[in-house]
Amino acid sequence: MRTLVRRLAAMAGVVLLGGLLSATLVRLAPGFDVDEQQLDSRLSSESVQALRRVRAQDRNLAAFYLHYLGHALRGDLGQSRTLDRPVRQLLAERLPVTARLVGAGLLVGWLCAVLLAVGATMARRVACDMVATILSGIFLSVPAAVLGLLFVFANAPAYLVIALVVFPKVFSYTRNLLARSYGLPHLVTAYAKGVSPVRILLWHVLPVAGAQLLAVAGISVSIALGAAIPVEALCGIAGIGQLAWQAALGRDLPLLVNLTVLVTIVTLAANWGSEFTGQRFRTSGA
Amino acid sequence: MKRVRQFAWLFLLLVTVASLGAGLWAPADYAMQFREAPNSPPSHQHLLGTDELGRDRFSRVLYGTRVSLLMAPAAALLSTLLATLVGGVAGYLGGWWERVAMGATDLFLSMPWLFLLLAVRAMLPLNIAPITSVAVTFLLLGLLGWAASARVLCAGARGLRDSDFVLQARASGLRGVRLLAIHVMPNLKPVLAAQFLISIPVFIISEANLGILGLGVSEPLPSWGSLLRELESFTSLGFEAWKLVPLALLVLVVSGFQIILSRNEVYA
Repeated sequence: MRTLVRRLAAMAGVVLLGGLLSATLVRLAPGFDVDEQQLDSRLSSESVQALRRVRAQDRNLAAFYLHYLGHALRGDLGQSRTLDRPVRQLLAERLPVTARLVGAGLLVGWLCAVLLAVGATMARRVACDMVATILSGIFLSVPAAVLGLLFVFANAPAYLVIALVVFPKVFSYTRNLLARSYGLPHLVTAYAKGVSPVRILLWHVLPVAGAQLLAVAGISVSIALGAAIPVEALCGIAGIGQLAWQAALGRDLPLLVNLTVLVTIVTLAANWGSEFTGQRFRTSGA
Repeated sequence: MKRVRQFAWLFLLLVTVASLGAGLWAPADYAMQFREAPNSPPSHQHLLGTDELGRDRFSRVLYGTRVSLLMAPAAALLSTLLATLVGGVAGYLGGWWERVAMGATDLFLSMPWLFLLLAVRAMLPLNIAPITSVAVTFLLLGLLGWAASARVLCAGARGLRDSDFVLQARASGLRGVRLLAIHVMPNLKPVLAAQFLISIPVFIISEANLGILGLGVSEPLPSWGSLLRELESFTSLGFEAWKLVPLALLVLVVSGFQIILSRNEVYA
């Protein structure tokens, strides 16, 4: 219980600092004061002045952040400047879309990576290992945005892009982990004594490698969320990633800070969740 | 595998030399428009055809490769330096320094850095010069991408701090910066080199992602990211395969780095 409270306190601290850091970075960017709308020749000088006044409210970073935190504690996340809608409403609408996309992508990516890594390691053939390595190497070298574009062109589901982004990282980690596990002296002995490969995998390899694999699960969530930005922006999916892209193009500070805080919370929760599960797995295995 | 790694080094060297000499063998300037021949297919005059503004695609690929291959290592150098400063020094000093530095590293690792990068890059002035956009894009990549390397370097420096030879050097009266410079840093070199090499393909791919989203290097200066934006207007892969040359080059270069890195896995 004490550990949980300490963890939650640390998480709250990181989230607060993360929000402040994102607001600071955005505020320090040299073009912060400029709004694309100010360049619209159809606007009168009064309208331009009004736009500048709105911008000036965010100029004092401490005031902006304290004001934001005060309202956020009451459940008010502010108003999106570009979309002219409450941020809370936007997040509630878009979060499930991204959760579905990222969830499906992670599931498929992990399944392919683990199955291929197990297959390549158990086959014990250089050719199998090389084909699997080349395949993962190719996907590791293609930007998520390009995969997104190619999938739009091929009319394929977008979650496969997330799966392909996650796959090579999980595959190379799993393959290395399994190779190391299979090299352990007691497993070499088990092989020599004729224990079946399936039994070795289920009884001796997975319990050892499982805990370490779970630790990567948290990181893969963060990778998938990063890939969601170009995928959603290019595939026209109305999720958090597309919202971040729109907020960035529209210089929407309230929306950007909220999105950063939200994704930081998700990333932290995923990391700590996987770490906790890994510990439990290790303890039960021991 | 050694042969493959040698081939990867050779390929990267060739591509780098070809891009550095872009001014010598590119048939046209990257911004020069052949207005009578927009979207033209490959020919003797334009080896990879022209883009929709009539610019020679081969020249743009050469110049774009130069931008990406010069700036990504520069950003990787910056991030490795920052990682050394934060992780290496914290691991060497230990105690409070290490706790604070690792807290900052954890903070950066939990931040969605592509979200941050997108936000900060979008906040740049609207009339930003192309060369400034290149510098700022890669500067941001370097400034935001140090955390993972810092963690690895901290662990390496901590290991060295507790090693016998460093203890012996301490006992002999060697302390502070001299101990760091003479015994710790030289032994961290393989880790530093591995982290530097790991960062290069990561930054190349990040720039490409930003470029495709329209938040990378500003026009008319090409980079792999801005060249890949052309894929957005694709209607048929089969008939315009030459448009895939920048993508093929990017994949080959990043794969080259991955192959070289496979030797340094122990330090990664």
